[in-house]
Amino acid sequence: MFKYIVKRIGMAIITLWAIITITFILMNAVPGDPIRTESKMPPEVYENLKEKYGLNKPYHEQYLIYLGNIARGDFGESMKSNTQTVNQMIGSGFPVSAYLGFQALLVALCFGPVLGVIASLNQNKWPDYFSMVIAIIGISVPSFVLGTVLIQFVAAKSGGLLPVAGWRSFRHTILPTIALAMSPLAFIARLMRSSMLEVLNQDYIKTAKSKGLSRGVVIVKHAIRNAILPIISVLGTITTNLVVGSFVVEKIFAIPGLGMYFVSSITSRDYPIIMGTTVFYALVLIVMLLIVDIAYVLIDPRINIMKEEG
Amino acid sequence: MDNLLEIKDLQISFQTFFGEVEAVRGVSFNVGKKETVAVVGESGCGKSVTANAIMQLLQVPPAYYKGGEIIFEGENLLDKSEKEMQEIRGKEIAMVFQDPMTSLNPTMRVGPQIVEGYRKHVKMTKAEAEQKAIEMLEIVSVPQAEERVKQYPHEFSGGMRQRVMIALAMVSNPKLLIADEPTTALDVTVQAQILDLMKELQDKHDMSIMLITHDLGVVADTSDRIVVMYAGQIVETGTTDEIFNNPKHPYTKRLLESVPRPNMTKDQPLQSIEGTPPDLYAPPEGCAFYDRCVDSLKICQHHMPDATSHSKTHQSSCWLNHPMAQKQGKEG
Repeated sequence: MFKYIVKRIGMAIITLWAIITITFILMNAVPGDPIRTESKMPPEVYENLKEKYGLNKPYHEQYLIYLGNIARGDFGESMKSNTQTVNQMIGSGFPVSAYLGFQALLVALCFGPVLGVIASLNQNKWPDYFSMVIAIIGISVPSFVLGTVLIQFVAAKSGGLLPVAGWRSFRHTILPTIALAMSPLAFIARLMRSSMLEVLNQDYIKTAKSKGLSRGVVIVKHAIRNAILPIISVLGTITTNLVVGSFVVEKIFAIPGLGMYFVSSITSRDYPIIMGTTVFYALVLIVMLLIVDIAYVLIDPRINIMKEEG
Repeated sequence: MDNLLEIKDLQISFQTFFGEVEAVRGVSFNVGKKETVAVVGESGCGKSVTANAIMQLLQVPPAYYKGGEIIFEGENLLDKSEKEMQEIRGKEIAMVFQDPMTSLNPTMRVGPQIVEGYRKHVKMTKAEAEQKAIEMLEIVSVPQAEERVKQYPHEFSGGMRQRVMIALAMVSNPKLLIADEPTTALDVTVQAQILDLMKELQDKHDMSIMLITHDLGVVADTSDRIVVMYAGQIVETGTTDEIFNNPKHPYTKRLLESVPRPNMTKDQPLQSIEGTPPDLYAPPEGCAFYDRCVDSLKICQHHMPDATSHSKTHQSSCWLNHPMAQKQGKEG
């Protein structure tokens, strides 16, 4: 196991390097730069600023300097707000986004599989249709619509019980959690339904029934454990997307998370932040995927990661 | 011999999008105590549906019971509630399925899978349950049973998995074992071992076996009586001796001819029965084998033959065996 993890960390470093390189190339290929935006500025000021941030150096030199800094864990500082380094931004934004994300993940994981199981056990009957209507709404209604609807029809009428926006208490987290959880919840419900339907047709379910086990035992002990495997495999991506923050939900509910930086840094060509958020996202994703792979081994005895080592 | 199981005029259909499929059309046969009855026929003839019907494992709908009775120890299983059936499954009647590769839960250790059904009836601690599982694996001759109970199905070979399936079926000492093509997915050498094992367990526990197969080679040594099914009906039934040495129905004869023999030369082609069984969406009004039968008479096309008795145990349903037909020959 230890050997496997070391190997995965080595692979992760190579992956990160590739991501950094591709992002660097794309970033510089896009027209515009962080200094010359809309406002007019004298050419002398422009040149000075360029020199300050090292943007007048040739690309390959910039690239090497940047790689060196990242290797030391320094993502640089924002070119827009002189007061904050990228590390500080992630340090203050990520805990907020992660808190909200894990809460949303918990909601999605509590209700998604349950809806899917209920639907599969009542295939083509009303509980199935009911669950799948919820799932389709969850997938097709974008979070900015759901967020505004929640504010308009729930928060505004709750008499202050559920705040419209802000980030101060647990009550503030309820509506954004719902808005954020809905889409993964719906996705998991649909995946669980199809996975359950497949498992319920397997021979070993018939074997379990032929032993005289009750329906409940057959479903819980034999069907769900096998049907949950596909959910585990998508969990890495879902978790990453949730915990690094959502631009839309954080914007609507005025949450000081990490999500807004992803979009705003690109529109303003804030190079260090683009790189910082991208690398951070990749890092979280890689860690999540590693956790998922390890979890898989614990649940499915047929998978043996040690074998890969040959 | 007392009958443990009596199936009387069983009729089962499946409701599908395209209409009704009459999978089992009036099947009647008995299984006596300690007897082995083989149900033989090609794919889709209704033999597995009959087996699953006894265990009430058919999904209703699309399946539904149109008529008939399944009498087990004097009680009609078709009248039982699901709760009552759960007391019978595994305990009174157990089943071994065709494909040992997919019939065991891949994420559960073998030991718990074996004793799971047993523990429903007998209260026992975890350690006692494991001991019971080890004992069962030893009975079905799985070596190193003590380590094997802790393993997962994927760590077993096909033959070993089928032994596990048999251990799982035998754990509550059932009165009737239904084996649905238990050797089809196995190597020929392993087939014989599995059949011997079933025979051995039968003698030890005074159990009846209903063996479902499409392979006549499998039934010759193992069964007392044979039921030959075709297109959802029984075409011939008799003792193993009667069926092998004196087959009366053309379908049975052709089935026996198509069994490869060790003394065949290289140039001799393998025999097969031309054509396919009839579509059971609209079963033929006459004999179902009419299209494929080389000896068919005019009457076969529109009239279903009655059963003719050749001995107390031997019956067949074919117009050729009718006293009139035998007199008139092919002109009839």
